[in-house]
Amino acid sequence: MLHRNVLPRIAPVAVLIAGIVLGSGVRAESDIYFDFSGKISIENRWFPQTNLYPHQSRHSSGFVFEPELYFEGAEGWSFTLVPFFRYDSADSRRTHGDLREAYFLLYGELGEDEWELRVGVDRIFWGVIESNHLVDIINQVDVIEHPDQEVELGQLMAHLTLSGEWGIAEFFVLPHHRERTFPGRDGRLRSGLIVDEDHPTYESSAEQWHTDFALRYSHNFGPFDIGISMFDGTSREPLLRPCFGPDVAVEDLVSASRAESLVPHYEQIRQFGLDAQMTLEDWIWKLEAIHRSGAQNLSCEEDDYAALVMGVEYTFYSVFDSPADFSLVWEWNYDERGENATNIFDDDLFFAIRYALNDLHDTAFFFSMMQDREHSTNVLFLEFDRRLTDQWSMNIEGFHLLNSDEKDLQADPIRRDSFLELRLNYNF
Amino acid sequence: MKTIDHSLGRRIFSLPFAFCMSLLLGWSLSMPVYAESAEEKGLRIARDADARDHGFGNYTAQQTMVLRNKHGQESHRKLRVKILEVPEDGDKSLFVFDNPRDVQGTAFLVHSHKEGADDQWLYLPALKRVKRISSSNRSGSFMGSEFAYEDMTAQDVDKFTYQYLRDEPCGDLTCFVVERVPTDKDSGYRRQLVWFDQDELRAQQIHFYDRKDTHMKTLTFEEYAQYLDKFWRSGLMTMVNHVTGKSTTMMWKDFQFQTKLSDRDFTKTGLKRVR
Repeated sequence: MLHRNVLPRIAPVAVLIAGIVLGSGVRAESDIYFDFSGKISIENRWFPQTNLYPHQSRHSSGFVFEPELYFEGAEGWSFTLVPFFRYDSADSRRTHGDLREAYFLLYGELGEDEWELRVGVDRIFWGVIESNHLVDIINQVDVIEHPDQEVELGQLMAHLTLSGEWGIAEFFVLPHHRERTFPGRDGRLRSGLIVDEDHPTYESSAEQWHTDFALRYSHNFGPFDIGISMFDGTSREPLLRPCFGPDVAVEDLVSASRAESLVPHYEQIRQFGLDAQMTLEDWIWKLEAIHRSGAQNLSCEEDDYAALVMGVEYTFYSVFDSPADFSLVWEWNYDERGENATNIFDDDLFFAIRYALNDLHDTAFFFSMMQDREHSTNVLFLEFDRRLTDQWSMNIEGFHLLNSDEKDLQADPIRRDSFLELRLNYNF
Repeated sequence: MKTIDHSLGRRIFSLPFAFCMSLLLGWSLSMPVYAESAEEKGLRIARDADARDHGFGNYTAQQTMVLRNKHGQESHRKLRVKILEVPEDGDKSLFVFDNPRDVQGTAFLVHSHKEGADDQWLYLPALKRVKRISSSNRSGSFMGSEFAYEDMTAQDVDKFTYQYLRDEPCGDLTCFVVERVPTDKDSGYRRQLVWFDQDELRAQQIHFYDRKDTHMKTLTFEEYAQYLDKFWRSGLMTMVNHVTGKSTTMMWKDFQFQTKLSDRDFTKTGLKRVR
């Protein structure tokens, strides 16, 4: 079952592909370079603890198919197509499809400088921090695909880049908004009330067809890589109604006035962002900061706010007389709204260890801990990656919620959802 | 990979000219008119070898690495290499991985500098993320191979001190044996011995000594070919690690010199475009 946002956009893409295929028929065939690659994964997730809500299962299995088709013309243009499909045995909502990428790319010279234009569906990542992607805002996150909010849904855009000795300037026109994905009734890692994906509300009367704009300037000099950005348009982060008034006790929230679902509401916001990294020998210093206006806080009050994450990473190279690298990462997340913050990063410490063996199999371990300084909630995350052959690779992930605090509204509903995941990938 | 091979050629305008030049060169290198110290001679050989590669502009090539452990198990790596000469500074290099398939499309960009640390970025296509990475890991393994990052990226003449040791036969040729000591404190090597053939000043062999001065690795260069009648490149390099018993064979093909590559292909924007 494809996500309902996908279908209307697959049609024009199909026309584009047909156009290219026909076009390639007209020209000499060797004029167009074609490459087909991608990944098929099979995946199992086990939840050792019994479910908190009825219908949730202890186990889910599924697969992912993510091919990539690439066409390049002799004149330098290219077209990239990356569809995505996931099947999940436990949560019918997690069985979903998406068009991750479908864009034309053109570029050329502009005097001493360069221009590049990407038109279509693409994914854009901004930022430097591990624990939280504060500045990154162009794409919606595919939360149902992974709760870590690292996976992005494709976004329709026109993206112009101008670059030269003076840096990189990027301009984005974003005519369409993607809704965030959420687990369904049968899914683990969900809020107490199901998020009603079928009836989202928008502040703008244009709803999901409001045209958003974004700008970014970035540059690197010496050890510094710096970016400043601005976004004006529909928030990617929904406010989940019913809203909780500031004086409502937690116990009343849990029973949540017998409401049946949470309705996502997407507001019009403006966000300024800054991301910076200083790479000095074995030390990497990182900073991301935003100022957002136009969004309501958890108490349903419009509340302009600033948030920041700062971090440092230190790497010991070639440890234990081996080629292995051992890195320590420390990050601090701060949101000035505090308890009224709409995410889990109001005042949180993040600590991580990365151990990369740099062997034939690119074996790597990653362990992280996120600690809420206000609540006693601790989130542990473990990852193990290893290549098996030239085409097969595997990942193991573990997620564990330690000491969840029942006053921590975001963590409490998933307090029994610790999981272990095993994924086997075939890369072609 | 100007750096690994030091495969340096010179334009031969005519046969008699070349003959005279080689006589002159042989004389100038072996019989200095004043008492040249071993340090001066070593530096002169290195400068001369480097100068012969000036003007290549840019080139692209395909690289296949075969990694072998001491039990003889093999693993293959395929990548495309693009190098841009930067006259007043270190070269810019771009490595794009094709195999193993799980890292396909990953790209590694290096802006090397004559002075100060190199700038390095990694492009991770799955996350669409460009990551600035530290260049202090010069002694780390490149893709699990026996080649270290510092063996892969451009090494400027100024990044070593030199000492000429001796002349020695090397295969059918005669070589200058030059010791070079890295000035960079992050280097994994205490010193290296380089065999330059006296005909074309191409590196034929390098012995790498680790920080404890153990002879750790030996790199040999074979299958030299000359491009644009000037620039020598080795088509087969073998790095043997004597400590671990592992080895890496690096095969090069499809060298293309002076292509349409420009500065624009070696930027962070260009990195995201790489295929």
